[in-house]
Amino acid sequence: MKSIATRDPIADRWVGLALLAPALAVILVFFVAPLAMSAVVAFRRKDGGLTLEHFAKSFDLYTTDLLFTLAIVLASTILIGLVAIAIAGYLTLGENPRAVAILRWLYRWPLFIPFVVAGQVMRTFLAKNGMLNHVLIGTGLIEPLSAQSLLDWRGIVIAFVWKQAPFVTLLLAGAMASIETQHIEAARNLGARRLRVLIDIILPQVRGTLLVGLVLSFVTMLSVLSVPLMINPNSPTMMTVDVAYRINTFGDYAVANALCLLSLILAAGGAWFYLHHAVEKVEHA
Amino acid sequence: MTALSLPALPPPLRTVLRAIVLALFAFAIFGPLLNLLLWAFAERWYFPNKLPLEFGLTFWYRVFQPRGNALASLGTSVWIAVLTVALSLAVAVPAGYALGRLKLPWRSAILLLFLLPQAVPNLPVYVNIAQVFYQIGLNGTILGVVLVHASHGLVLAVWIASAAFASVDVSLEEASRNLGASPWTCFRTVTLPLAAPGLIASAIFVFLESLDEFTGTYFVGVPDVTTLPLLMFNASMGGNYQIASITALLLLIPSIGFMLVVERFLKADVLAMVGR
Repeated sequence: MKSIATRDPIADRWVGLALLAPALAVILVFFVAPLAMSAVVAFRRKDGGLTLEHFAKSFDLYTTDLLFTLAIVLASTILIGLVAIAIAGYLTLGENPRAVAILRWLYRWPLFIPFVVAGQVMRTFLAKNGMLNHVLIGTGLIEPLSAQSLLDWRGIVIAFVWKQAPFVTLLLAGAMASIETQHIEAARNLGARRLRVLIDIILPQVRGTLLVGLVLSFVTMLSVLSVPLMINPNSPTMMTVDVAYRINTFGDYAVANALCLLSLILAAGGAWFYLHHAVEKVEHA
Repeated sequence: MTALSLPALPPPLRTVLRAIVLALFAFAIFGPLLNLLLWAFAERWYFPNKLPLEFGLTFWYRVFQPRGNALASLGTSVWIAVLTVALSLAVAVPAGYALGRLKLPWRSAILLLFLLPQAVPNLPVYVNIAQVFYQIGLNGTILGVVLVHASHGLVLAVWIASAAFASVDVSLEEASRNLGASPWTCFRTVTLPLAAPGLIASAIFVFLESLDEFTGTYFVGVPDVTTLPLLMFNASMGGNYQIASITALLLLIPSIGFMLVVERFLKADVLAMVGR
């Protein structure tokens, strides 16, 4: 691509760096530096020496919450993946144009709804006297006495899936739409059922997009504070709630940062999973 | 999925099944929102009544009274979002131009660096920024919150701006330069107007992200900056579901409005250049 600012590649470089500098400075000062600080604070004793005591304390107090967090975020990620594949798959292969149009219009409503609002919405919807239970009782699916509140780990998972699945579906449906239709038509002509076509032909081609969407969702959900605070603030709960508690109640930045680093390690696990599978894909290609 | 895996059913049954699955899906999407709407207009509602005992606008008057907290929070939220957009675009437009138009060393690495705030849990960042801001007196100030929002909003702004500039046809710029326009005139009269829809989209994204942001404001904004999401959260935790639901509705309007029009701003040609 020819540059417009100048015709000289060396000058281009300096102009480019000058244009980039302010944005880079903002990211470095307000994102990278605090992140690095987290690693320092988590390992520092009061007198300045290195220590692992904050991690020991974290594991002592919050091992259950660590596992709880991992379980919730993993379960949500898997459910988001399944929902997104189902919806995007029907949008791509559905044979009834009206059903496809309705589904396309329906699925994206929660796309830009903030987590804090999703938390509030689910807090009333899933409560013991919430609309979900009233509808289940009204249709005779459950007895009034067996109505129960879903405001525990299930509520968090439901809120996460409700809010995040449209995002992954949007990415996935876009990727599926750009697949060459000959492959799909050929398989269909050979008599393959739609479910087979989805699993054997479409999914392998959009795996990269699906993984990106799921890893981004995984990392985002690890950091959400509002949803667990509003739906399930009592122990066992998610680590974000523990971090807020350590800071607001004790001003204990050391343990808070140790917990943050542990959640970073979980996120790194997600990134590793993505890279591992992305590389595998390249090797297969 | 159900309709998908049962192609052997007779057509009328398939139609019924399809309708049932779609109806269930519609309930999953709209049920929670409908419940919120009911709460926003409920005067009295307690167990075991299925619907509010009385509908009314008492709580709306309370939210919108001239000296009410909600209007003040709405003002604070919008002001913070406007400043965040201004700051983000002021640094993202030059950066996006450089990344979208110029040949740069380490271009992909720089793009990846700008992705960092989306790819790393934000909690450690907010916790430590809050601690530093506390020491230098930025905690509880509008500026402090704007800086936190901008560092997160920048990601989308840079990526979309870079895609928007990359999708502008180079030959149009060359034509204007050959006719004697200076680089700045060419940028101002050719490149910028052509990239404008993408830049507007990124501005809207940043605005919405700032308007909806909770965790960063929760740590950095206390105790003086109360944005709308924080007000909603406090009302909800205080058990006032009507106030919480009304504030939630206020937050929903821009989110859903944007969802409905997003494709008009983010055209396929720009989307195709994202991350290239």
